[in-house]
Amino acid sequence: MSTTRRDVLKRGGGVTLLGLLAAAGWVTPETAAAQAWNKNAFDAKTMDETMKALGGGAPAQSKDIAFVSTPDIAENGAVVPVGVTSAIPKTESIAILIEKNPNMMAAAFDIPPGTDPSVSTRVKMGQSSNIYALVKADGKYYVAAKEIKVTLGGCGG
Amino acid sequence: MADPMKIRASVVGDSTEVKVLMSHEMETGQRKDAAGKTIPAWFIQTVTVTHNGKAVLNAQWGPAVAKNPFLSFKFKGGAKGDKIQITWVDNKGEKRTDETAIG
Repeated sequence: MSTTRRDVLKRGGGVTLLGLLAAAGWVTPETAAAQAWNKNAFDAKTMDETMKALGGGAPAQSKDIAFVSTPDIAENGAVVPVGVTSAIPKTESIAILIEKNPNMMAAAFDIPPGTDPSVSTRVKMGQSSNIYALVKADGKYYVAAKEIKVTLGGCGG
Repeated sequence: MADPMKIRASVVGDSTEVKVLMSHEMETGQRKDAAGKTIPAWFIQTVTVTHNGKAVLNAQWGPAVAKNPFLSFKFKGGAKGDKIQITWVDNKGEKRTDETAIG
């Protein structure tokens, strides 16, 4: 087969495009094998979209979900500690969503049996916003909200 | 290769508490550099924690998790000397696994 200059260019261009896609997080060659990453859920911009991506209905408000060691006012939006504890029996997963971030979902944790339904992490917040703790228990979704005021934004630069 | 994770696992009552500090930029893809070009997103997407080979926590993260992510949780059981292994994979397919013994 003869390789023309045009072919080589085309191929080269293709490789770069793939590379860009991979960098943008659209094509994730190796991650799929280890554990699925729910791209749709992380791309969602509203609660409705997020619930759709997770395949659940509208979540019920719950008083059995508590925020622990989560501040009311965060001085630095780039590092906001968030802890979520669920007292709902058969909690399967806990997700942290931030209403006014570009994409709502910040993190989701699968809780296998034997693991306490309580996780702590740190998130970024672009501005003062409600944050939601979304809990899946026994196949149903529950939610609790908390407002955090941010003095200095964590997104943008 | 990214720097090693700092993992601390200790027995608290009948549970084991695991605290992890990972070293990662967690670039959001929203920021622009000095020349006005968007800095591409680069963040950890999945985290798996196992105790003696059995999964005790699976996490999926978006770019809104803070830089150098912190994670803490507890699971039932676990004894001194048991192995805790943690693996993360980022959106570039880069991964890192570290392990520690419960102390």
